[in-house]
Amino acid sequence: MHKYANPNQFLRIANPILPWCAWLAGLAIAAGLYLGLVQAPADYQQGETVRIMYVHVPSAWMALFVYTNMAIASATAIIWRHPLGFLIAKASAPIGACFTFISLATGSLWGKPMWGTWWVWDARLTSVLILFFLYIGYIALVDAFDDPTRGQRAASILALVGAVNVPIIHYSVEWWNTLHQPASVARMDGPAIHSSMLWPLLIMAIGFTALYFALMVVRLRGEIAAMKVRNVRLGQVQA
Amino acid sequence: MIGALGEFFAMGGYAQYVWPAYLIAAAILAVLTGLSLRDLRHQEATLLALRRQRRGAAVDEAQG
Repeated sequence: MHKYANPNQFLRIANPILPWCAWLAGLAIAAGLYLGLVQAPADYQQGETVRIMYVHVPSAWMALFVYTNMAIASATAIIWRHPLGFLIAKASAPIGACFTFISLATGSLWGKPMWGTWWVWDARLTSVLILFFLYIGYIALVDAFDDPTRGQRAASILALVGAVNVPIIHYSVEWWNTLHQPASVARMDGPAIHSSMLWPLLIMAIGFTALYFALMVVRLRGEIAAMKVRNVRLGQVQA
Repeated sequence: MIGALGEFFAMGGYAQYVWPAYLIAAAILAVLTGLSLRDLRHQEATLLALRRQRRGAAVDEAQG
């Protein structure tokens, strides 16, 4: 297990998987777009606006999934002092921030015709906005120190403390009154959504997850190369 | 045919909400992918140049 905590060992496994992830992402997103925009029916209440769901909901899932990954990676990095966890978290942060922003923007575009407003300060929307700020805070903090290890530690602690927001976001629609509708897919009694709408949603989610892994590996390789550049320069200064 | 396409793009009168949602998502993910690949290429090129330079310096030292 510890062998794979070495970034180079990890890349030996991740690199062959990368093209498969990229292809899966492209195919699943294309299929999800076709199913969601063309095949799926309009909603009997929301009409064609329900199609925003096929980009909004998978992005929101990714926003939470990527943050959870970041928190776990940061925890393992702090506990076992392995650089790989830090690098995975750092590579993930901009991807998670992008998915969070997409879920906020598309939610706003869905809210205007259905709720009559672009934004409300209710529990779900506010907690997702806080998630976005946590991502931004992490990205700002991780590069804020001259000594990269100090930035990594500070940002990792932020990622861990912010993890408390993840269950708050999930349960916010049950704990507080809100305009936002409750979960339709991740329910104890099974999905409360017809298969013609569930399939495009799940296929889009598979595409976004594959895209996340592909982008994460690309960014991780960039981070590892940047680390080596720093080490070579440090060696030059000391020599 | 044009009627069916026009109907598709009209999105039941909600075109100004549905299409921007998809365009924003596509634009953000495309820019993120482009920047991630550009950064990787930049870092790898810098690393290669530094290593070459270092090897060159080592050779100079050995010869000098």
